[in-house]
Amino acid sequence: MNYWAVLATTVGIWVLLALSLNIITGEAGQPNIGHAAFFGIGAYTSAILNTKYGVDFWGALIVAIAVSALVGAVLGLISMRLRNDFLAITTIGLNFVTVAVFQTVHYFGGAMGIGGIQPPRIGGLAFGTLEIAGLIWVVVALVVILNRHLQKAWFGYALRAIRDDEAAAAAMGIDVRRYKVLAFVIGTGLAGLAGSIYAHFMTFISAGDFGFNISVTILAMVVLGGRGSIPGVMLGGIVLGMAPEVFRFISDYRLLVFGSILVLVMRFFPSGLLGQGSRLQELLTGFIRREGAGARVR
Amino acid sequence: MLLQQIVNGITIGSLYSLVALGLTMVYGIMRVLDIANAGAYTLGAYLGVWAYTRTHSIIIALLAGVGGAAITGYLFQRAVYTPIKKVADPIVPLVASIGLFIVMEDLFRLIAGPYTITFPVHLPLNRLTLGSVIITGTQAVILLVSAFLFLLLWILLNKTKIGLAWQATAQDVETAMAMGINTRSVVAFAFILGYAFAALAGILVAIHYNAVFPTMGDIPSYKMLAIVVLGGLGNPLGAVVASMVVGLAEALVAGYIGSFLPTDAIAFLALIILLLVRPQGLFASGGDAR
Repeated sequence: MNYWAVLATTVGIWVLLALSLNIITGEAGQPNIGHAAFFGIGAYTSAILNTKYGVDFWGALIVAIAVSALVGAVLGLISMRLRNDFLAITTIGLNFVTVAVFQTVHYFGGAMGIGGIQPPRIGGLAFGTLEIAGLIWVVVALVVILNRHLQKAWFGYALRAIRDDEAAAAAMGIDVRRYKVLAFVIGTGLAGLAGSIYAHFMTFISAGDFGFNISVTILAMVVLGGRGSIPGVMLGGIVLGMAPEVFRFISDYRLLVFGSILVLVMRFFPSGLLGQGSRLQELLTGFIRREGAGARVR
Repeated sequence: MLLQQIVNGITIGSLYSLVALGLTMVYGIMRVLDIANAGAYTLGAYLGVWAYTRTHSIIIALLAGVGGAAITGYLFQRAVYTPIKKVADPIVPLVASIGLFIVMEDLFRLIAGPYTITFPVHLPLNRLTLGSVIITGTQAVILLVSAFLFLLLWILLNKTKIGLAWQATAQDVETAMAMGINTRSVVAFAFILGYAFAALAGILVAIHYNAVFPTMGDIPSYKMLAIVVLGGLGNPLGAVVASMVVGLAEALVAGYIGSFLPTDAIAFLALIILLLVRPQGLFASGGDAR
């Protein structure tokens, strides 16, 4: 039971991270290859508030979201000035700098990391693994509901217009700066939320948990699943999140398999498995239409 | 002391620039941030040490490493990058190149083992002592080989048909095609040259530190991105200058200030600050900042 709860929590955190990056990279089309930095900022904020200042999980959670979103807003403003590949490289840089600061600055625990983080509690009840698994999936469900509403609202249309052609979007009267920054704020805030839950779930964190390879994994989930597609991104998060367990029997070849999947999917399904216009997506929607069920085409 | 640090800095900068040149050549044509180029760096070192231990000829080792990497570059371009490039979103080739790099590194580990292999080349050069400055044999080789390659590349790009075609294509693909330039062979040329340069740098680094290991491409893979951006994406001369700047800065920081942050983080911190001031990089670029 405990094993499954731990797995469910881990996969839930991955799905939340993938959903959060999807708002920035999938929907607004802004490359972010340093998303783990925000995951880390949330985790460290929460851990420091909890261990050094005695703030409980719920208070620390709110501050962690706020701090991550604030740094995200700065990156959003930067994205007004730096586009495409330049922005991509800046986000990689941000990830390396953040990890280096966590690793070397004594206040952040240095190379030792931060231990002794308390699990969440309500009244007298301290959360066990099962409760945390429940918490993370409730959060995922809320985020999906919110995200679906945003996609259908003006916000979602504005983001997709910016993704497809920023100059045209601006010419149509869309406030590009406002929507871009908002996309970064929501996406990075959610990553901070994931980080806070992660810190209180693990009770010990160190800089290595938030490195560049984590950013690559989150990006892979979004891109493999299908940029902009909520079911696609969730599928990507679940499949890649469970991969270390499923492929345990070939653990020595795990990276080889992971890299090959990245190359092959990009080569043959460039918009991801369930992304807009992918072969699988067309096949599925075609099938649903024929069955007469309400097809949802985006 | 200062002169010694400058010589060390230029040596590191030369090595950086060999890799950065390859990356920027590819970017100039394809607009792809080719992380897998750092895989060619490691591949060159492995093929080089493999050939060297069998033949004890440094020439054959160089040929094997550079040749193997050039073929790999050509195959990657034909099988992966050119077909993918038809997709508009630049994140697709970037993720594919990260995938290729992960595959390459894991293959090195699986085939050659996870440990460090030595590259025991004894160069027939004594150390030079100029006043208080000491230049080791390998340092001299690195500086000479790099200078020779910069010259070679300059001649290639400015005096040969394919090099001029590269410049034209880097400026404007469609106009170049309309002028009858075979852009397909230009793309192949960029990848072959780019991977060959990276492999050569890998071999030189392996000899310099007497070490070959599967993850030796990790640091170049992202540090070169910073350097290539500093130099203005797709600008070969800018890439060389930026490499020297970063090499010198690292040597001087390590020599005088000590490390308050890891050197790689310093390179990126400088990059972010610079990009905010000059979004197009240090030099006017062939890249597309928009």
